[in-house]
Amino acid sequence: MHTLFRISKVTILIQTFMKILVCISSVPDTTSKISFEENDTKFNKTGIQYIIGPYDDYALARAVELKETHAATVTVLNVGLADSEPQIRKALAIGADDAVRIDAEPTDSFFVANEIANYAKDKSFDLILMGRETTDYNSGVVHGMVGEMLGMPSFSPVMELNIDGTAVKLSKEIEGGKEKLETSLPCVMGCQEPIAEWKIPNMRGIMGARTKPLQVIAPSTGSLTAIEKYELPPAKGACKMISAEDAGSLIALLQTEAKVL
Amino acid sequence: MSVLIYTELADGQYKKSSIEAINYGSKVAAQLGISSIVLAIGAASEADLAKAGNFGSTKVLHAADANLVAENIMAYSKVLIETAKSQNASVVVSAKSALADAVMARAAGALQAGLVGNVVELPDTTSGFKVKRSIFSGKAFAFTNITSDVKFLAIKKNVLALEEGTASAPVEKISVDTANLTESSKVTETIKATGTLSLPEADLVVSGGRGMKGPEHWQPLLDLAEALGAATACSKPVSDLDWRPHHEHVGQTGVKVSPNLYIACGISGAIQHLAGVNSSKVIVVINKDPEAPFFKAADYGIVGDVFDVLPKLTAAVKAM
Repeated sequence: MHTLFRISKVTILIQTFMKILVCISSVPDTTSKISFEENDTKFNKTGIQYIIGPYDDYALARAVELKETHAATVTVLNVGLADSEPQIRKALAIGADDAVRIDAEPTDSFFVANEIANYAKDKSFDLILMGRETTDYNSGVVHGMVGEMLGMPSFSPVMELNIDGTAVKLSKEIEGGKEKLETSLPCVMGCQEPIAEWKIPNMRGIMGARTKPLQVIAPSTGSLTAIEKYELPPAKGACKMISAEDAGSLIALLQTEAKVL
Repeated sequence: MSVLIYTELADGQYKKSSIEAINYGSKVAAQLGISSIVLAIGAASEADLAKAGNFGSTKVLHAADANLVAENIMAYSKVLIETAKSQNASVVVSAKSALADAVMARAAGALQAGLVGNVVELPDTTSGFKVKRSIFSGKAFAFTNITSDVKFLAIKKNVLALEEGTASAPVEKISVDTANLTESSKVTETIKATGTLSLPEADLVVSGGRGMKGPEHWQPLLDLAEALGAATACSKPVSDLDWRPHHEHVGQTGVKVSPNLYIACGISGAIQHLAGVNSSKVIVVINKDPEAPFFKAADYGIVGDVFDVLPKLTAAVKAM
């Protein structure tokens, strides 16, 4: 926690600011049709609408809420090329104070985590939030790697988060239910619904976002994996229709034809 | 050198997904000509742990210190890191789960290891170390070469047929000092559905959408699930409306499943829902709207009222 002393004639006010880092990905909209080019070695970006990663959007929304109830600053970080700047500006319009873009294609979980950790290590963030996974590569491991690299505890998937001083109360999903936990700052979290409702930027936020600082930094490390080729799944065969009157016959088909029962 | 397989236990037994990881990891070990070692954390009997040998492992390391009984990301990852070092692991394998993802992530971070998730085939090790993985929530695949010395793979459920033998693996107790790690976070309450099948682990899933018309109308779906021995799931609107608990929500922002059979009842099949189920082997769709987009992604379809169709299916299963 950073402590700020404001000294006036009669009072000494000590205000404690919580520093929050929210890491966002820029990913194709969920409804995008996925295709590849250059002999299936490159993702085809033509006609693709990019959005803030849906899970990252929950993390951002919770961070902005925490800013409303606590004295906090929110920095948003993206590992991405210049084409992710509209998503970074949107995060600023939603309520982040400043932004950092690590200028590199986010090709590998370890690389992204390493870049985040390298940026964050000397900036004493109290809380590092991001989505539980990105919706493009779905590995869901960057938060844990960042936690390990910075020596902070990490939690995922976090569904509720409340902070009182340095005490943190959270709940995370476990198989078949959820678990409530208590920990303390600093820590790293991978978030999912219902931690907060997605926020839509208002006009004032959009105008303000234009002048908020966005720093671009060169990457300092390299990837440990490389994608060599992409492939689309085989086309789905036709759906076999069964009449509602004869619904029971489906079970026999599942046994003898599909062989799944 | 070894392949180390991080496993998870439920009630003292390997979870089904962990058995799949043992089977997969042992095949990778055979391919590379190195040993297949299992790491199990938590309470279990030696006889149950030795079953890893049935699926090709030659040794089980069992960490069962008292503070490891409750799942803890920081402590479990420390055990995995120390074990990977002591066993000189060149490949670390796990099945994907919320806990395993978190534990594998920290360990890969510590060991400077390239990690690839949602792996769907055995690696190609003829030149380099190439794995095929599912990306874009099942909408595509990527062939990825891992270049780091230590390689981490998280495998998707249901990707490889199990080969079961009769060998048994010796079990060795290990102890890693994790006392200070379990203190940094403490579980205050666990809310867990009892007596229901685990959704991510299930081979058969019956799922309901808004077409089920309300939580009070769920019984016919539960009856079919019970007759089949299937886990129950739901669409996002259903969990948003609190008709069913959040951990049943399947889709882009919920659980992603890949069972042998997924039966969708009264779910229209929005693209966000399909992202959570498109790796299922067989999909059955029951919907009164013949134009429901889900039929395009289905193998079998029934146009009809779910409340008329479900009891017929349950009766047919019972007559099996």
